[in-house]
Formats: sequence, C-alpha cells, structure tokens
Amino acid sequence: MARMKFLCDAERCIECNGCVTACKQENEVPWGVNRRRVVTLNDGIPGEKSMSVACMHCSDAPCMAVCPVDCFYRTDEGVVLHDKDMCIGCGYCFYACPFGAPQFPQAGAFGMRGKMDKCTFCAGGPEPDNSKEEFAKYGSNRLAQGKLPACAEMCSTKALLGGDGDVIADIFRQRALTRGKGSEVWGWGTAYGKPDHPQQQAPKEAKS
Amino acid sequence: MISLRKLAIAGAALVVLAGLSGCGEKEQVVVYQQGKYQGKPDTRPWDDDPGTSLYTTSKWNKGDKSSWETALKSRNQNQNEYVRIGE
Repeated sequence: MARMKFLCDAERCIECNGCVTACKQENEVPWGVNRRRVVTLNDGIPGEKSMSVACMHCSDAPCMAVCPVDCFYRTDEGVVLHDKDMCIGCGYCFYACPFGAPQFPQAGAFGMRGKMDKCTFCAGGPEPDNSKEEFAKYGSNRLAQGKLPACAEMCSTKALLGGDGDVIADIFRQRALTRGKGSEVWGWGTAYGKPDHPQQQAPKEAKS
Repeated sequence: MISLRKLAIAGAALVVLAGLSGCGEKEQVVVYQQGKYQGKPDTRPWDDDPGTSLYTTSKWNKGDKSSWETALKSRNQNQNEYVRIGE
C-alpha cells in the first residue's frame, strides 16, 4: 500500500466547513483546537479558491525532525502520529510545520500551552485501538475500524479525498480528465449544465 | 601534602574531561526506517477484529494486512462519484 494521503480539490471545495465539523464531531475535539480548517484565497472575488487543510502526514515530516523528545512516529501506512504522554508541549513542531497543523489547547489553568494535538488521519495513537484511553487522547481510530477519515468521507462535494495515495490520485486524475481545465471548470456550464447542441441557434421570437 | 600546582593540574584535567564528555553525545536525529514505528508501540489497524467495529461495512481477516488494504481500497471508491453514480 502506498502512503495514506489527503488531497483537496480546490475547484470543488465550496467552503462549507463540513470537514471541520465532521472532524470535531468524530474526535470530540475541544474548542480552540482546530485539527482541520478551510482556507480561502481571494475571498469574495469571482474565482475564489478554498482548500481544506490539516496535517498532511508528510513523508519527511519536519515536526518529527525537530521534536526534542522524539514523540512522533510514522505508521506502516504513512500516518504521522505522536505520543501525548511524551509530548512536553514545547511548540517546536508548530513552528516547523508549514501547514500550521499542530494545535495547542489553551483552556487549562493560567492559559498554559498544553500537549500538542493534531490530525491523526483518524488513526488514534499508541494506546490500544478503539480503547477509551485512545479516544480521550487522540479521538477516533477509524482506520482500525476499516474506515477512512471522517472529514473525507463526509465531504459533500467530494473535494476532499483521503485514503491510499495511489487510489485517490487515480480518482482525482479521472475527475480532472473528465471535467477539463480552465474556465470551463467553474461557472454557468458547470452549475446548470452545458447545452446539448451548442451550435444550434436559439429560435427567433416572432415579431409583433 | 598536596601542592597547589598539583591541585591546579587535577582541576584542569577534570575540566578537560568534563568538556570531552560532551563528545560522547549519542545521535539525536530521528532515523527514518520504512515500515517501522521508530520504536514506538502501536497496534496495527489490521490486527483488530472487524466484527468489533461499529457501523463498519469493511470486512477483513484479523491480522491480514493485504485483506485490510483491499477493504480500505474498495471503501475508498465511495469517494469516486464516477463509480458511485456513473458518468
């Protein structure tokens, strides 16, 4: 199996935040911690692009490289996970991550930075799979249930794809080849369909 | 009686030894190994019994990685609308 990856199709994302909600609900993520969020470029301008961003589970993850207590590990499926028992909440991973994926709960006493929390690709953590301890610390372990991340499975437009890198790349390739590229990807034709006979002239209105 | 000079030499030797002890530092860079969990314990997802999972439609043989991968790949096709609803 290739590595587990996310792929967000910016042409399809409608900024509904369904992925964010699905992640919050599935993993019972507390307020102030956003494992996933939707970023919009050129907001309000026609042709704006939105993209759902979370931990990208890098093949050569900078967070793993900078962690002073070496609390990260990568699973056989290429999912980057961490051990919250080892994490000291220093925040190095936050500075190293180009996506701002590591999150730190600040709801504790004195607003202190807590242990790092991030997207687990719905793969839990080091605790026994689907145990109460694992859920409390890391959230749901859907991979161990034979499921894929909740955000990708819940995406209404299927803009966010998640799963085996080869498989989602094939899905995206088929999609991109079918819809074409450029201005025909979005706009009237995409929303309401294209005319069956584009060369056909519209019937002339009878003169009164 | 220990002379002041001997004491100074012993002190300097201690300082040098303490300085050199830093050279014995072990490797701190994470060694990436394909298929390893970098020494961290974690259960493989295919080692779980699929029967214990709630609401899952995926079926695989416990401990069989390839059957788990096949189950996930077929579930992945639910994200492909050309398969779900046709072109």
